[in-house]
Amino acid sequence: MTKKKTDIKGFFKSLPKNIFSGFVVSLIALPLGLGLAMASEAPPIAGVIAAVVGGVLVSILGGSNVTISGPGNGLVGVILVAVATLGLNGTYAAIICSGVLLTLLGFLRMGKLADFFPSSAIQGMLAAIGLIILGKQFHIMMGNEMKLPGSIDYLLAIPSTIIGVFSYNHSGFTYAAISGVIALAIMVFYPKIRNKYFHLVPAPMWIVLISIGVSYFYELVLQQPHPVDPRYMISNIPTGSQIVSDIPTPNFNLVNSIGFWGSVLAITLIASIESLLSIKAVDQLDPEKRRSNVNRDLKALGLATIGSGFLGGLNVVTVIARSSVNVNNGGSNRSSNFAHAIFLVVFILLFSTQLTRIPLPALMAILVYTGYKLASPSKVVKIFKIGKEQLIIFFTTLLVTLFIGLISGILAGVLMTFVIHVILNKDLELFIKNWRKPNVLMFKEKKGDQHYYINVKHFCTFLNFYRLKEKLNAIPETEDVVVDLSLCEFVDHTVMENLSAYQDVFHKRGGHLEIIGLDLHGTDSEHPFALRRLIPGIPFLTDNLTKRQTTLKEIAQDYSLEYEADVKENTEVLDGFRYFQTKKIIKIYNRLFNEDDSFSLFDIHYSEGEFIAKEDVRTTMLHIKLEHAIPEFTLDRDGFMERLYAIAGYDDIPIDNHSDFTKRFYLIGKNPYKVQGYFNDDLVKFFECNSYYHVESDGVSLLIFRSQRTSGIKEIKKLIDFGIRLRKIVVKEALVTY
Amino acid sequence: MSHTSFKSIAIGIAFSPTLEANVHEAARLCCMFGAKLSLIHVGQRSDEKIRTIDQYIGNDEQSQLSYEIIFNEGDPVEVILETVKKNKIDLLLLGALKQEKFVQFYLGSIARKLTRKATCSVLMMTNPSVIRKPCKHMVVNGLKDAHTERTIETAFYVAHSLGSNQLTIVEEIEQEKISIKIDDDQSLRKANLLKEKLKRQEELRVQGILNHIPSEEKKDIQVSTQPIFGQRGYSIGHYAQIVRADLLVMNAPKKSSFLDRFFPHDLEHILNELPTDVLIVR
Repeated sequence: MTKKKTDIKGFFKSLPKNIFSGFVVSLIALPLGLGLAMASEAPPIAGVIAAVVGGVLVSILGGSNVTISGPGNGLVGVILVAVATLGLNGTYAAIICSGVLLTLLGFLRMGKLADFFPSSAIQGMLAAIGLIILGKQFHIMMGNEMKLPGSIDYLLAIPSTIIGVFSYNHSGFTYAAISGVIALAIMVFYPKIRNKYFHLVPAPMWIVLISIGVSYFYELVLQQPHPVDPRYMISNIPTGSQIVSDIPTPNFNLVNSIGFWGSVLAITLIASIESLLSIKAVDQLDPEKRRSNVNRDLKALGLATIGSGFLGGLNVVTVIARSSVNVNNGGSNRSSNFAHAIFLVVFILLFSTQLTRIPLPALMAILVYTGYKLASPSKVVKIFKIGKEQLIIFFTTLLVTLFIGLISGILAGVLMTFVIHVILNKDLELFIKNWRKPNVLMFKEKKGDQHYYINVKHFCTFLNFYRLKEKLNAIPETEDVVVDLSLCEFVDHTVMENLSAYQDVFHKRGGHLEIIGLDLHGTDSEHPFALRRLIPGIPFLTDNLTKRQTTLKEIAQDYSLEYEADVKENTEVLDGFRYFQTKKIIKIYNRLFNEDDSFSLFDIHYSEGEFIAKEDVRTTMLHIKLEHAIPEFTLDRDGFMERLYAIAGYDDIPIDNHSDFTKRFYLIGKNPYKVQGYFNDDLVKFFECNSYYHVESDGVSLLIFRSQRTSGIKEIKKLIDFGIRLRKIVVKEALVTY
Repeated sequence: MSHTSFKSIAIGIAFSPTLEANVHEAARLCCMFGAKLSLIHVGQRSDEKIRTIDQYIGNDEQSQLSYEIIFNEGDPVEVILETVKKNKIDLLLLGALKQEKFVQFYLGSIARKLTRKATCSVLMMTNPSVIRKPCKHMVVNGLKDAHTERTIETAFYVAHSLGSNQLTIVEEIEQEKISIKIDDDQSLRKANLLKEKLKRQEELRVQGILNHIPSEEKKDIQVSTQPIFGQRGYSIGHYAQIVRADLLVMNAPKKSSFLDRFFPHDLEHILNELPTDVLIVR
């Protein structure tokens, strides 16, 4: 009960900040809402209705914390098509149906839906949407509105529109174009101007304010009509009472047609993908690091969409740009979303007539800019860096979306991704045979630090990432997790990117997520998110360091060691150790070592016995060369070592006066007396109060390691620290004895 | 309850390149268990075949081993199943096949049928070899099942016979047991609490079984437990692969129907990809 009280207290305490943040968001939401609705060929007020209904319902029913809901730019493309084929009232019906579907998705817990799409395909789809918005609105921005059959035609007509601007014979069009270009310039240069007062008002609102200011300037000062042609001014913004009286009746007559359901599906698909991606992205921005209830949010968005559709508004989705503005302005809970809706209502009630003073091209410039952002060339460069194959996926999705439609586009992207994966691996069986297998194993290691350990088998791509994701979601972000991909033959870009996002989340919330087992996988590019596959028989590839390897490099610098990722074939130094008497060292790699090689840490790959292939072990070891001789011994926790040594003839050596040590540790050596003499109080105490490692001496050097798998970065740091301290004690002892 | 003892062991043989390894492996196991070996060959009797086998077993210097070679013609599955019944075989050995490209083992169709239908325990060998490979670490299932106690006891018996010194009992807890769906921080916390509770329950149950086992059986064997949340049958195999167990001991499957091959569960997963040697206790 007390907790709830403080919650309420905290809520009221943060309310002013949230209301302010809601206000700032509404400044952007107003022009964007108008613009998005007009770009979709719906009445401008439809966008504001969606934002208001969404803001109210989602803030009350939703499951996320700092998101803002409203009309989304991804939907412009699909709603355009819907309006063209179904008419406006038919579109409202489609929107309502998609709201129902969205709610259903929420109830069916399909929040994971977005995971099934490869990232490059989603990028391609978003870019296509960007181009659709940009292509259509560019002409309006330039005062040259036209109607063309396909989205691609609009893009192709851009050059002729630009040339045409200079030959308008009606000054109203020229002024329209000027207002558009100025507005675009404001959008482009806004982030580059560093002035905190200037930044108090967001760029879209500047455009609105300047437009209205110019309009009054002409009216009151110059006493002239507005120079922009009246056709290029925002028209028919209804007043509050008009909105209520003019509520459209959705037209459900087309429910039986295929086109209707095609639109419904497309709207639902895009709405859910856009919302889910936004929620995921916004969760990372949340300063309090809360986890959003995605399914609950979907239900709320669905309900809001139904309501918005009945009131004559567009789809309600979670929007990333407005949400991030919300976070940046101090929004900390859903009340800011509510406040943003209320401010929008106030704006419409008080200023709806003022809004007609805004030239249409200026408003469309905002959309041209957002469209460009979605499809900017830098995105293509980024994808190219990840790999050429990603570019193929990207462009397949992009072009099919532009030429045919959104659903075909995303399906083509998924198909292309799969085909590329099959071609890359030259193996269709790998995917078909193992797709349905529950290939992810997670358990909490009982030994040592109780890490969560996740192992993935066979392959890990967008096809089965949801399984891994399910496991990852079940781990509190404050824990340490090791994700081992060494049994995966193939890991794709979608997984790498998502895992990296998880890494960030864990890192921010005090946990740690480590990816191991990829150091032996090959890649074609140097990007950290490049897909990786295990290529049997091909030698070690080191042209792309994994994240673990780059971190190892950094650790090396921290401890002033050298780092070498390459394979070192010469492993003679290890031959003296009893541990390797029955094992065959295949290679050592990822070495960290000092100048004279007396302190070196490395990943090692060995097999037990010559012909038993399955006993391949990869682990991390520390080797310390000493300047003096010490007795040969092997030390480990009791019970652990017996299984590593099937060699009879050695008994646990008891150390006098340290029965606890003898009980907890297993110590063997060729010469028990020497070993007994060597293990003095200091050394025994050191081992007693540090965590368990397997420590072995071959007479002139020490070999230290722990588990039978490659160590994570944290474990490596611990190992190095353990080694340094152990070396100090051993060296000190040498000085005393000799 | 007492364990299943292996006093008569059978292996089906074909005169293939792996014959020598198979015979050696079988002979060695028989010596360790003190069992009688039956070599079942589906095919015609010939002196040459007998000589070859005699030679292999002779090479192994297993002088005290008593063995017989049974020749029988007919459908391999039926012949072997019948012989197993007639000769009161306790343990049937089967060799696994290896996938070409990657190091992965699976069972051939005959071996699969035998595993499903056999009335005795079955040991599937992934890597029969002429030279002995020590069996050090065993993983045993600790399912909540009437048969589990017997399986665990048998595992201890096998561990003693083979000289293994580490035994991990894996409790597979089905994901469906966690009734709480994880949506946000709060449900996550609840789900984790529930998980801990389930783990404790399972641990207690397994400890109960372990307490029934006489202490001399447990001597020299490092026993540990590991609860896992995951799909039954599959995740234990995955676990055995990760910890590089030498032998995985499992309960015999309940009757499997035709549908199970399309919706694999429990054992079927393991037969598709053998993580290591697998012993099925009946």
